[in-house]
Amino acid sequence: MTDETVFQPIEKVSIVISKGSLDGVYPGLIMANGARMEGMEASLFFTFFGLEAILNKRMDNLKVATVGNPGMHMPTLIGALPGMSAFATKMMKKEMEKIDIPPVREFLTMIHDSGGELYACRATVDMYHLKREDFISELDGIISVGQFYEKAAGAQIIFT
Amino acid sequence: MGTINILGKQLAVDADGNLANRSDWNEDVARELAKQEGIPNLTSQHWTIINYMRKVSEKEGSAPSIRRLTKESGVDTKTLYQLFPKGPAKRAAKIAGLPKPVGCI
Repeated sequence: MTDETVFQPIEKVSIVISKGSLDGVYPGLIMANGARMEGMEASLFFTFFGLEAILNKRMDNLKVATVGNPGMHMPTLIGALPGMSAFATKMMKKEMEKIDIPPVREFLTMIHDSGGELYACRATVDMYHLKREDFISELDGIISVGQFYEKAAGAQIIFT
Repeated sequence: MGTINILGKQLAVDADGNLANRSDWNEDVARELAKQEGIPNLTSQHWTIINYMRKVSEKEGSAPSIRRLTKESGVDTKTLYQLFPKGPAKRAAKIAGLPKPVGCI
């Protein structure tokens, strides 16, 4: 490689969200929104526990994982105490609001309104016997992994 | 630091190509910058955003996030992306003669 190597800018991202904790969902949302802000195409594919983020009944109550999360610097037994996850969640939400990161529902609407696309994974939806009406109205579709790859043509795929 | 030619004047720009000096900016300069960004006509909604960004930036030292921008300017997210396609915060800041926004949201 020489100094003259010119890298093509990223024009499209397809982000997979596979986790259902608050800390598992936000990075993908921030990256998708950031992509739209930079003028890139962006789509989000929610799979397995990631579906929690787009389920009407669940999305407003996502929690920070305090057990099995070394980044919390909290011994497992302490993290498992009742109320610990709720407390960590409350703290994180407070700090995020300060730097203008919206709650999950508002964030998804924002990404959708900016032109980002939201998809649920067909296999997971079937596994949990879910229906279209269980999801936020902004959802663009329930698609198979094959359709996801088709839509991701030319994109960088990011798995979170 | 480079310069750009706007209405016959050489104006200093920063590394991102945004105006380096607030005092170089006026509405005619904004219209020229908009043309360079592929926006031939600035509508009243464009001006709402530009003026709001300049107001916040003057008071707080940096441009507002897109979330705040849409909440406080009265222009919604969909419209904002139509007004300034391919990166609204970045392009609106450039036309408003402000540095590129540093926030993630």
